[in-house]
Amino acid sequence: MQTIALPRIGTDHAWRDAARRHLGLGTPPEDLLWAFDAPAQTDLFGSPEAPAPTPSPALTMPRAALDLADRVVWHADPQRFARLYAFFWRLKSQPGLIRDTADPDLIQLRQMEKNTRRCAHKMKAFVRFRDIAPGTDGRRRFAAWFEPTHHTVEPTAPFFARRFADMDWMIVTPDVTARFEDGVLRFSPGSPRPDLPEDATEELWGTYFCNIFNPARVKISAMTSEMPRKYWHNMPEAKHIPRLIAEAEARTREMADRAPSLPPVRAAAIRRSLPEAPVQTMDALRARAAAANETQDNGYGRIILGEGPQPAPLMVIGEQPGDVEDQQGRPFVGPAGQMFDSAAQTAGLPRKACFVTNAVKRFRYTLRGKRRLHHPPDRGDIAHGKWWLEHEIALTRPRLILAMGGTAALTLTGRKDGLLARRGGVEETAHGPVLLTLHPAYILRLADATARAEALDAYTQDLAKAAHMTGLALPLRAQGRA
Amino acid sequence: MPRTLDEKLAILSDAARYDASCASSGTSRRDSRSGGLGSTEGSGICHAYAPDGRCISLLKILMTNFCIYDCAYCINRASSNTPRARFTPQEVIDLTLEFYRRNYIEGLFLSSGIIRSPDATMEDMVTIARKLRQEHGFKGYIHLKTIPDAAQELIDQAGLYADRLSINVELPTEQSVRAYAPEKSPATIRDAMQRVKTRRTASKDRTHTGKRPPKFAPAGQSTQMIVGADASTDRTILSQSTRLYGDFGLRRVYYSAFSPIPDSSAMLPLIKPPLIREHRLYQADWLMRFYGFDVGEITAARADGNLDLQLDPKLAWALANRHLFPVQVQTADRDLLLRVPGFGTRTVQRILTARRHRTLAYDDLKRTGANLKNAHPFITLRHWSPGALTDSADLRARFAPPPEQLSLF
Repeated sequence: MQTIALPRIGTDHAWRDAARRHLGLGTPPEDLLWAFDAPAQTDLFGSPEAPAPTPSPALTMPRAALDLADRVVWHADPQRFARLYAFFWRLKSQPGLIRDTADPDLIQLRQMEKNTRRCAHKMKAFVRFRDIAPGTDGRRRFAAWFEPTHHTVEPTAPFFARRFADMDWMIVTPDVTARFEDGVLRFSPGSPRPDLPEDATEELWGTYFCNIFNPARVKISAMTSEMPRKYWHNMPEAKHIPRLIAEAEARTREMADRAPSLPPVRAAAIRRSLPEAPVQTMDALRARAAAANETQDNGYGRIILGEGPQPAPLMVIGEQPGDVEDQQGRPFVGPAGQMFDSAAQTAGLPRKACFVTNAVKRFRYTLRGKRRLHHPPDRGDIAHGKWWLEHEIALTRPRLILAMGGTAALTLTGRKDGLLARRGGVEETAHGPVLLTLHPAYILRLADATARAEALDAYTQDLAKAAHMTGLALPLRAQGRA
Repeated sequence: MPRTLDEKLAILSDAARYDASCASSGTSRRDSRSGGLGSTEGSGICHAYAPDGRCISLLKILMTNFCIYDCAYCINRASSNTPRARFTPQEVIDLTLEFYRRNYIEGLFLSSGIIRSPDATMEDMVTIARKLRQEHGFKGYIHLKTIPDAAQELIDQAGLYADRLSINVELPTEQSVRAYAPEKSPATIRDAMQRVKTRRTASKDRTHTGKRPPKFAPAGQSTQMIVGADASTDRTILSQSTRLYGDFGLRRVYYSAFSPIPDSSAMLPLIKPPLIREHRLYQADWLMRFYGFDVGEITAARADGNLDLQLDPKLAWALANRHLFPVQVQTADRDLLLRVPGFGTRTVQRILTARRHRTLAYDDLKRTGANLKNAHPFITLRHWSPGALTDSADLRARFAPPPEQLSLF
């Protein structure tokens, strides 16, 4: 029986060389004893390994098996070398074994591989460096104390060398110490915990750790399964954990108990400075109007939006709501509205199929005793109404707009002169085609009966034209009834 | 009122905790051997875990928590009384590098409230990422939360410095976004995602000389949806994520259980966050991405369109589709094996390789690490047949947790 002593540093190569030699020589697993980091004889009957009498013959092993061995040698189990050798012994005659995922020996080795892999991963995650005074060459220097479960310092140190290439660092463990200076990585035997200087950044890190934690969702087992307690005493943030857990419930309860607060004064100022959010539905527009109606200016009624289907092929736009409209909150219900209704019926235009609204949204009046008298809108009123009207047009998407009277013409085409000459014509505008006509209130105010009849006739013709252009015209039966 | 760095860090990390993502994986491989600091090697590393069970991989902070928007579910909305702070770009850079050198983090996840304008905010964030990369040679991971309203050129620049870009859809339906986040527009969010996708595709095309264009957001883009703040069902949520995965090639959709925030808005309920529901959504998400399930199958089990909170979605599906079981482990194809409760993608891969070498027996399966507690009624193989178990009436009761006695007080 022979004893093979493997060194603590460079274990992987030493094991691989020894295994290759003995597999070549045909030494059965039961004739070998494996010792780790102990040059002295460990078996009463074993003798130190004799130098190989003959050069070992070429031996090929599957790549996957060598990778497996390279990781399993770092496991802490004293039996790891013997288990690996026994498996390789079987593999020699049965190379397909490495792919038999149900083989018990392989499963055991895979489990050990998984353990070392996890240990290496946790080392990458949980090593915490502290800043120590920079060296003479100005490179920054850091040092860490870490206690790995397996012998993972050597296989994991190159990761730190790739990551922290521009600084000098040292990871001290009870097992092996890794030192990286001026781009060169060296290993030496482990040592007891060194005295590392305090590092102020650890406090900042603790602050971050405490504040990124959400007390409303405590899941302690999810934390400990990934960050087992054995690592905690070397992690500066872990000292906060007990307090965070203890206070979590009270903090959540306090949050729930506190009533919703009033927004700070700043919020209103911010909101005023924001560009208006786009209104995407008629309901949203109505909600906004309702909100605006909570405060009313002197001399003005409430904002009254149009009504009708959405989308609608024809949009009818009048001037502004009157007294009756303001009381009822609906457009086109006063005397002028009634006139529109009757003319529309004559023209064969169904009101229910159009979206009817006004260019100016609020009834502007002057108080005369108890009566509210109509006051013509000025430029400011038109500008105020235009915002609402543009939203209505965008939401209604009409094929044709019927603009009744000067104010509607001004809002949509930019001018209101020569209306009597322009009426009956379709003008192309930014809002689409606009058919101009008279306002029913204008017709109502005409004193001369003949002029009124003529105007009404012209108005009815325009309505019929609009109905015809949008395909809304009712069959003759309805016209005959008028 | 000037604040110390520690106070700012406290305020601005507190404000960032409602972002679920902390992934640092799946980006291009690089290291600092040729200069600079840092490395990324494929898999992400979680450097710590908070008691909420979430991994801390990145320094997740807001540049500022001042915000001109007023989203009801957000702690940083304009109408909230939360204390406000703002980092200078240099402070963010210093914190990132110093934390990184001590091996606390994998990189930076930078988000921000909207100050002045979306463009101005996005510009500051891009500056931080650019300086980290160019002036400090930082090779670690950078995740930038993109502001969808920002100019497209800024998004283009962000993708050159960041590993991952994310744009949160926030809520599962457009109606909810309109109701709770009035300043945000779902259409703009979709446009920004489309832009990132187009740029990523373009960055993979070589020129006619075979030269590669610079990498654009190599770790892809992700998004987050808040679950439980509005009335959306799980079916709505999962259909929305299917659309997002399909339309914009997202790497991940994160589901964040709506969690009560200090100083909450009166619009939203202060409830316990629906953590189980969040968990079930993630399970369903995985089933859709890696197990070949589609939304309809997963949500068919219940009429109300929600997932069963007591059982994981795969088990619930199997219980509702027992006519397909038991599955012959030795001969079934991969797609069917993936549908067995308790078999993950790795277990299935192991079964497929092992069965080329031997006839699998129950004990073999046990050794490979399959979760047989869930699987055993649904499989048959050497030394095991479930008999009448697969169709037994009380099968569900075997898996569902026993009813719990409610507290009387």
